Amino acid sequence: MERVPILKIGDVLLVSIQVDMSDQTAIQLQDDLAERIVATGCHGVLIDITALDIVDSFVGRMLSTIASISKVLDAETVVVGMRPAVAITLVELGLSLNGIRTALNVERGMELIAASRDEDAYEPDGDDADAETTATA
Amino acid sequence: MTAGVDLGAPRTQAIRSDEDVVRVRQLVRTVAVAAKLSLVDQTKLVTAASELARNTLVYGGGGTVEVSTVQNDRRRGVRIVFADSGPGIADLELALTDGYTTGGGLGLGLSGARRLVDEFDIRTGVGEGTTITVTKWSR
Repeated sequence: MERVPILKIGDVLLVSIQVDMSDQTAIQLQDDLAERIVATGCHGVLIDITALDIVDSFVGRMLSTIASISKVLDAETVVVGMRPAVAITLVELGLSLNGIRTALNVERGMELIAASRDEDAYEPDGDDADAETTATA
Repeated sequence: MTAGVDLGAPRTQAIRSDEDVVRVRQLVRTVAVAAKLSLVDQTKLVTAASELARNTLVYGGGGTVEVSTVQNDRRRGVRIVFADSGPGIADLELALTDGYTTGGGLGLGLSGARRLVDEFDIRTGVGEGTTITVTKWSR
């Protein structure tokens, strides 16, 4: 069985899916990512699906599950690089990709993860955050 | 039955494992490209094939798939036949409902695949296995 590599770049785990995954490979990736989030303490997971020429309900569910698992483990998941034909097909298939944040490319995905970390940083003292927003507005 | 003449010998693939589902996707892609389906139609057909091949494996206990190029008076298309000799489907209407599953999936395989193709034919009965024929025509 093939295994999808997971790279660590700063505070983000980057997964670039380059193979036509069997269902077992997809499940393995889900498990590997959970392990790596805990082992590294990373706060972001970026999944690049530029090379995927289809996303069926199994892979779609895997992406949703990864997003949910990482949320529980205090990490944000962003899926990037979806091809237009894949997006059209997913919608017709009826898959909503619940809970998944998307961005057009890796760079924007990185920005999205960084931005969501900044938001989170204000949360413990919400009042101060509001005051600061008002002050800078 | 659905209309259209077969062009050339159909290509077959056994579905016995996860890896075979990947092979089915690749085979359908190859035939869809040769039949000059548009990129979006290729993507829809390969996605539908992936769902149906997985169903053949998971619910039908494995089976075979046959992929052929067909032609009617106006258009060329790709026809795929999925056959298994599994338990069959007792309530077809229910099985074709979005979100219904007996296997712990999302319940979109059958209903979603039907939306992604132009023609969808299903023959099934309890204890008689299931045969699903789908066709996608070029625009």
